[in-house]
Amino acid sequence: MENFCQLILNGVLLGGLYATIAMGLSTILGIVKMINLAHGDFMILGSYLSFAFMHWIGVNPFWTFFLVIPVMFFIGFFLQSLILNRVVGKGMEPSLILTFGLSIIIQNSLLLFFTPDSRSLMTPLSVKTIPVTEFLNIPLLYLINFFIALGAIFILHLIFQKTYLGRAIRAASDDEGAAKLMGINTKRIYAFAMGIAMMTAGVAGVLVGMAFLFYPHTGPQYLIIAFGVMVIGGLGSMKGTFIGGLILALSQLIGAQLGGIGNQLLSGYIVLLIVLAIRPQGVFGEG
Amino acid sequence: MENIVLRVKNIDVYYKDLQALWNVSLELKEGKIVSIIGSNGSGKSTLLNAVTGLLPLTGGTIELFGERIDGLAPHEIVSRGISLVPEGRRVFPRLTIYENLIIGSYPLKSRSSKNQSIDKLYQLFPILKMRQDQMARFLSGGEQQILAIGRALMSKPKLILCDEISLGLAPLIIKEIYNQLRHINQEGTSIVLVEQDIKRSLKIASQAYILVGGRVGLEGDPTFFTEDEVRKAYFGI
Repeated sequence: MENFCQLILNGVLLGGLYATIAMGLSTILGIVKMINLAHGDFMILGSYLSFAFMHWIGVNPFWTFFLVIPVMFFIGFFLQSLILNRVVGKGMEPSLILTFGLSIIIQNSLLLFFTPDSRSLMTPLSVKTIPVTEFLNIPLLYLINFFIALGAIFILHLIFQKTYLGRAIRAASDDEGAAKLMGINTKRIYAFAMGIAMMTAGVAGVLVGMAFLFYPHTGPQYLIIAFGVMVIGGLGSMKGTFIGGLILALSQLIGAQLGGIGNQLLSGYIVLLIVLAIRPQGVFGEG
Repeated sequence: MENIVLRVKNIDVYYKDLQALWNVSLELKEGKIVSIIGSNGSGKSTLLNAVTGLLPLTGGTIELFGERIDGLAPHEIVSRGISLVPEGRRVFPRLTIYENLIIGSYPLKSRSSKNQSIDKLYQLFPILKMRQDQMARFLSGGEQQILAIGRALMSKPKLILCDEISLGLAPLIIKEIYNQLRHINQEGTSIVLVEQDIKRSLKIASQAYILVGGRVGLEGDPTFFTEDEVRKAYFGI
């Protein structure tokens, strides 16, 4: 029983992290109607940025948030305004090819600068746990990750619901032509949206880096997770992304428990297929 | 001395290789209503799209209060004081009514007065206040049209362009909307009406232009138009 509780607890905590990984991908697909195939690589770029700052300044990885987040924002903003905006509204293929190319460029640049060795963002928290009962322990790092993820989702939600920028972003995603007529510079709005998406990728990168090892080629693996979360949760809904993260993480961990660690990914995708069959728009997606 | 709000001078507009407007000129004096009528495909919407910067000109100029605005991006033109009530309403379906109005006040200089503007609109159109937290896609056609007009007023424009605002609406609602337009006009906003509803729009306007095949077929004070002239310009018979 307690074993099962531990499983659920781990799944929920991991789910928060998964939701953070998927947030940026879902935001950009929902708003700019563009699939960012380099999303996972940007996330890992965030991990490496944190790694670099950590060793350069010699601080705990948590402090690197303050540097990684703004740097990622500017990367996203300029990437969109200088490059990606050129292919907006020209169908899916050009942006797919472009972001696929970016993915390769990022991976190989990371390889060049950081070598293929595995890295991690070491913190003393990694091994600490909070004992609840004799058998049930809360892994502290995962708990902190979970709350940072929750905070990021909440802040993103506030930005989208309560600010001029957020409303303009949603208006542009509803009807780009009408948004222009309201005085909205949609191209710049897309750049801001990408900046925000890259900020969440940066947060996810640091969190992932603290929990797992990463290599220059780890990105696509997280892109797949982000896709899974997005499909399960439904597009364009923060709530959906969060719940999608929980469902994917729980089904992976439960599958691993029942059928051995080798089934972890398989059970995640089985649940994904079930959701696709029953509710193709995702749990919280709009019809 | 009356100020000219909008001056369109000899413009030519193309859709790729196809010429849609030929040497069209138009003038709107401050505080007036100008009506542009014409059958389908006569270039009415093209003219509005050219004014708002959605379509480029190949010839001619457009001035707003004496300043050239042709060649500017739509968002720049809008922030200079033009608002469009687009054809088909184009409210933002997944934003609430309140948020639709807020987006209307997006240009920087209208943001500080957004609460006043909203209060004023709620007085003018109480239906908007009653349903302010609903998503716009749940509104009826007439309500969406009212919302689109309200949204256009939020930026405190000096000029609003209305594209086919009576299209697909019940006569009672059209009447109500026209009454409100008159009211808005009396408060000092100049209006360009693009319409297929000839009678109603000619009655409200002080100057009218009839477009025929992308050219101005007839212009002047609509009270002096004879039915024959209008029919001839409109249908060509």
